[in-house]
Amino acid sequence: MSVTTSYEGGGARSPGLLDRARIIAHPGFNRWLVPPAALCVHLCIGQAYAFSVFNLPMTKLIGITKSVPGDWKLTELGWIFSIAIAFLGISSALTGAWLDRVGPRKAMFIAACCFGGGFLISAVGVYLHELWIIYLGYGVLGGFGLGIGYISPVKTLITWFPDRPGMATGLAIMGFGGGAMIASPLSVLLMRHFSTPTHVGVAETFVVLGVVYFCFMTIGAIIVRVPSPDWHPRGWVPPAQPKRMVTTNDVHVDQALKTPQFYLLWLVLCLNVTAGIGVLGQASAMSQEMFPGRVSPLAAAGFVGLLSLFNMLGRFFWASTSDLIGRRNTYTIFFLLGLALYVLVPNTSSIGSVALFVACFAVIISMYGGGFATIPAYLKDIFGVRYVGAIHGRLLTAWSAAGVFGPVLVNYIREYQITHGVPKAQAYTVTMYIMAALLVVGLICNLLMRPVHEKHHLKEEQALA
Amino acid sequence: MNKTISKADNGSQTIKVLLAWAFVGIPLLWGISETLANAMRLFR
Repeated sequence: MSVTTSYEGGGARSPGLLDRARIIAHPGFNRWLVPPAALCVHLCIGQAYAFSVFNLPMTKLIGITKSVPGDWKLTELGWIFSIAIAFLGISSALTGAWLDRVGPRKAMFIAACCFGGGFLISAVGVYLHELWIIYLGYGVLGGFGLGIGYISPVKTLITWFPDRPGMATGLAIMGFGGGAMIASPLSVLLMRHFSTPTHVGVAETFVVLGVVYFCFMTIGAIIVRVPSPDWHPRGWVPPAQPKRMVTTNDVHVDQALKTPQFYLLWLVLCLNVTAGIGVLGQASAMSQEMFPGRVSPLAAAGFVGLLSLFNMLGRFFWASTSDLIGRRNTYTIFFLLGLALYVLVPNTSSIGSVALFVACFAVIISMYGGGFATIPAYLKDIFGVRYVGAIHGRLLTAWSAAGVFGPVLVNYIREYQITHGVPKAQAYTVTMYIMAALLVVGLICNLLMRPVHEKHHLKEEQALA
Repeated sequence: MNKTISKADNGSQTIKVLLAWAFVGIPLLWGISETLANAMRLFR
């Protein structure tokens, strides 16, 4: 197969190592190599969920055994994660269309440089004890890596698995949930290894993680391939009669923003994430306060880990299920079941059932992860395959909004309740009901979803361009 | 594009797939086992 590309102005040159033309799969390429390539990236960037493991050690960089004046405060450190998530949304929105053009290998490699580089710059920040360097390193540069890495394999997977797009994207996005489960114990091990009586070992841990993540993500970039335009899975024929909610047309990324469907899906994702992310951030404190004396801090940490596991498994399970029952039906289940569970949670405290409490949140968090994993296939169904990466990138701003909205909602309502004399064990009751109300709004948005009007479809001459 | 895919090609592709899945699967399984070990404390 030729890998020569013609360029305007005459002549031809071989495509670069990172170019899309270089990674067109040869006949006989096994498409099951593509999900592990995507997982190489998502397992690394999923580390973001475990960044809090550095918070406490970073409050003791000067005092070593305890925080002393001059050490950073937890509130200041909390901004590192917030900036990273904000830049995840910004970068995915800004670069989505470009990534669709340049292909997944270049995108994944750039993500590796940004994410790995973010850690290395942050190591300098820790070494010099300058917090703004970490904001710039992990927050801004790492956040860019998160955004580019998150959306880079999505369109590739959908084109490799037209028969099971939900399962394919679910597999990759599952890695984002699973990354924290690797990063958390790995970071603790590394900090333990590098710490001395005069040193907490965070800077060295950042260097090792930066190098390891760069290598791991680069291997993903090396493995990834795109199918040739005429490729389709062996034995698979596109359904002659497409389903009502699955389009065979394409909508341009700029045109998608002019459709009500984009904003409905933005709200659907934002509300589903808001409900989950607020709980994730407060899970440890909530379990201890709702069951005082029964859930120890150590057990609460176990609870948080369990939620990470269900966050990961939900991504694969629900996205795969959506291939069978449809995306709208999947989200309807999220909102209806979530509504019932949020209303049930306060009762688990009053009847004193830790097991029921854990079960409720395990399912809730599985649907939080499932929401992330199902949305690319939902976008593909509504707007077509061609610009799905770019549209997905813009939709991820909903995540950034929810990342701010969710924790603020949970934390402030809790504070308000406690200052007004509500016992800590009951301080989350109103929050749970508000979350349930948000899910009702999400349910309505989801039920309003209709196929995009044909006036928004890409015209034949545009499609061929 | 109509090149016949030999058995040897198929075999090497299968090995590559297994290696790639092991490369991502082993760290993930380690992470899951660590998480489950910690989570067990919740029910002790």
